[in-house]
Amino acid sequence: MTLDVLYFAWLRERIGQPRERIETDAATVRDLIAELAARDDWHAAAFADLAAVRCAVDQQLADLDAPLAGAREVAFFPPMTGG
Amino acid sequence: MSARVQTAPFDLAAELAGFGAGAGAIVTFTGVVRDDTGNMAALEIEHYPGMTERALSDYGSEAAIRFALSDWRIIHRHGRLAVGEPIMMVATAARHRQAAFQAADYLMDWLKSRAPFWKREIGHDGAVRWVDAKTSDEDALSRW
Repeated sequence: MTLDVLYFAWLRERIGQPRERIETDAATVRDLIAELAARDDWHAAAFADLAAVRCAVDQQLADLDAPLAGAREVAFFPPMTGG
Repeated sequence: MSARVQTAPFDLAAELAGFGAGAGAIVTFTGVVRDDTGNMAALEIEHYPGMTERALSDYGSEAAIRFALSDWRIIHRHGRLAVGEPIMMVATAARHRQAAFQAADYLMDWLKSRAPFWKREIGHDGAVRWVDAKTSDEDALSRW
């Protein structure tokens, strides 16, 4: 499947780009992270501490074990600090 | 009943004109950029375009049901804001003040740890630092 992967805040900075389009067969968010982290040092650094990573699947907050079947957009970001 | 994300300042008086007509109680909260370090020139707020407004609308609708609100409004700014500038506002209208206060408090707790905003401090010396989420903000959610 083709996925748009978005990054925000320091994850965006570590990876060096705000988004990328990838081809993947990852079944869950956690599988996708493992695939991305294996790509290069930047991705590995961004996903080094999963306790500091939150995600959204198709713009809904999701946990790392969320399934990706049918998903089009996955976003990764640090814990939110709004307000 | 609306949620907005914008770079422009908001005018509290204008936002409240006609807000919650017929309600017995209106509560408003305004968050202001504050300098915790003594060296802060500005705050930069990043958000997730596409997701943010919908997330805010969902929280607002949820609060409306939970606290029987007759009206609510959430405005959150993004971009670069100077110390002292208003960053966001929440307004709630209900029949009685307790529900209006509680709903505003509830919405603030959700905004702090579930709305896709990230803050970065810009120092007078140019130093840049992402603001860490506080565990106290996460804990605050468990109250509800």
